[in-house]
Amino acid sequence: MNDASPPTAPPGEERFDIHDPRLRESLSRYWRTNIKITLFLLVLWAIAGLVCGILIADRLNTVHLPGTGYPLGFWFAQQGSIIIFVLLILAYCLFMNRLDARHHEELERIRREKGS
Amino acid sequence: MGVKEWTYLFVGITFSAYLVIAWLSRVQTTKGFYVAGQGVPALANGMATGADWMSAASFISMAGLISAMGYAGGVYLMGWTGGYVLLALLLAPYLRKFGHYTVPDFIGDRYDSSWARLVAVFCAIFISFTYVAGQMRGVGVVFSRFLEVDVNQGVVIGMAIVFIYATLGGMKGITWTQVAQYWVLITAFLIPAIAISIKLTGNALPQVGLGATIDPGVAGQTGVFLLEKLNQIQQDLGFSSYTDTFVGKWDKVNVLFVALALMVGTAGLPHVIVRFYTVKSVKAARWSAFWALFFISLLYLTAPATAAFARYYMLTGLNGKTAEELPLWFNSWNKTGLVLWLDDGDGLARFSAGEDNEIFRKGKLQEAELITIHVDHQKWLDTKGVQGSDGRASLRARGLNGPDRDIIVLATPEMAELANWIIALVAAGGLAAALSTASGLLLVISSSVAHDLYYRLINQEATERQRLAVGRTVIGLAVVVAGLLGIYPPGFVSQVVAFAFGLAAASFFPAIVLGIFSKRVGTVPAVCGMLTGIGFTAFYIIACVFFDMAPWTFGLSDQGINPQGIGVIGMALNFAVTLGLTPFCARPGQAIVDMVDSVREPEGFGPAVVLEDAPGH
Repeated sequence: MNDASPPTAPPGEERFDIHDPRLRESLSRYWRTNIKITLFLLVLWAIAGLVCGILIADRLNTVHLPGTGYPLGFWFAQQGSIIIFVLLILAYCLFMNRLDARHHEELERIRREKGS
Repeated sequence: MGVKEWTYLFVGITFSAYLVIAWLSRVQTTKGFYVAGQGVPALANGMATGADWMSAASFISMAGLISAMGYAGGVYLMGWTGGYVLLALLLAPYLRKFGHYTVPDFIGDRYDSSWARLVAVFCAIFISFTYVAGQMRGVGVVFSRFLEVDVNQGVVIGMAIVFIYATLGGMKGITWTQVAQYWVLITAFLIPAIAISIKLTGNALPQVGLGATIDPGVAGQTGVFLLEKLNQIQQDLGFSSYTDTFVGKWDKVNVLFVALALMVGTAGLPHVIVRFYTVKSVKAARWSAFWALFFISLLYLTAPATAAFARYYMLTGLNGKTAEELPLWFNSWNKTGLVLWLDDGDGLARFSAGEDNEIFRKGKLQEAELITIHVDHQKWLDTKGVQGSDGRASLRARGLNGPDRDIIVLATPEMAELANWIIALVAAGGLAAALSTASGLLLVISSSVAHDLYYRLINQEATERQRLAVGRTVIGLAVVVAGLLGIYPPGFVSQVVAFAFGLAAASFFPAIVLGIFSKRVGTVPAVCGMLTGIGFTAFYIIACVFFDMAPWTFGLSDQGINPQGIGVIGMALNFAVTLGLTPFCARPGQAIVDMVDSVREPEGFGPAVVLEDAPGH
């Protein structure tokens, strides 16, 4: 056993022939959903960090975060954007892990049908 | 016990702990050495990434920067956290699925080119050395300030510790030491912040305290919001208002460009990316990105509060005070030259933005020069300007207005009148921050040279034992070189940190993202794109920083684009060149397309299905 050599073929390839058309179709469906989730979260990322924290920060600064002394633009730049960034990655983990689980079931079904 | 005894105690305990961890996690394989055997749990990897990421600069200097910059300090906060979203969404899970050891590995394999690999190796080594020199210096500075040992001896002690745990345990030793270092540094940062928040606003959460009213006992009036009061004091003294956006050279375009360059640069920094190679699965890579930003945000959400609290204490504690009334923290940091007071003859201290400012710092002045300035200034005062010279004018001419930014974090415990042991804890925290970042960077240097350069490009026949020996030797040499850079800092180090982010943004980020999200981009466009991005970014920074070229405006900002933000344009050029050339160049071969497919496919990997680990194999 030599666990040191870099894996030349992606491990698990023997279980999944990536040229199988049904697997390819499943992967491309998975990939499209993945792209949608990623783009959606990146848009929120840009709105929180770049738009609220910077581009319209001067205008947001004319109001305060309710009940506090924080001008809103300043709050976004030094607190809000960071909190939103953490939540965005959390949302990504939850979305993607669910998508992965669904994709996994799909592959299992294909494999069972092929085996039977 | 005094501060010094406590500091020796804490530094002794934490350093012994790091060594014990190093011994327990020593490794015998290259996989263990480079990627910790890919068995690090997501939560632990998150903490290790946090410690890896938060450097001596984040720990000691960042709050001070924000304190002096006000709103614009947010570029560092947003830039150094926003990058993790890009990393989590665009890079981490895919690179983990790819499953090799280094960033140049991915670039070299995906674009099937030794040239691409070589360019990536060069960038990885350059970025890491730029960064690590500053860390070693940070270790020396903390030692000299708290333990009164010579800066150079401090660097040597720090080097010895890193040398032991990095060569013994490689990535595995570094990872578990970083987990311990995370807790040391975050405790050291949070305790003074919470204490000063309670004292100033009565809120235990600094993030709430920053938006709250000042305790009437401190302000002398009720219902005044801290930030409003701070704005008013700042304006009275001629500074710009603390929460005001886009002041001076920080116009909207520059704030946007610098924040974006730091974000993209963060996502492209090799020592951060490799952390995601060390976990068990794609799922764990995602979770560890979440935990990493979560743990990092604990410090980054607290730093702006510390910054504003300390700014308030600084302005109210010094202005209008006589020598007897000055706070204790002033006297203890006055000795180190981080803050100086040159009176104009009225016997009252004044810290303002105008010509009447009396608060300065020593900066890089020699002790002898400073004494001359003090003596001349005293003569100038005694003779009412007939003899001697105004020390304030000469310090102002050298750009040494105001206290050193490091004082904000270093003096906060004393401003809050905390016990000696907490001040000592800050020393241990600063060392943890510097050592953890240094070790992560040294590992990248070692893996780039020993794995990418030696094994993949020079001697592909090398045995496991040879490769491990080369890895250990290189990391040992890198520690020594980094230490020498810390002892004899080349003057340009602090100026070229912008390089690290700029190059990472202009080289790695576009190449990796396109490598994953496009199957069409081939070798030639990718290499041309990287070279264009690197070439442009390097040219602009070198020309601006070393040859006083006026920053270019690009028709966007009258001020010209700050060299710190130029990585954004470098990145855009990289994307444009790569995508522009792609239609005219060959498609990647079937093997590469299959590789991209397998990187996208979340299934079919993990230790359980690795053939060589399977039972009976």
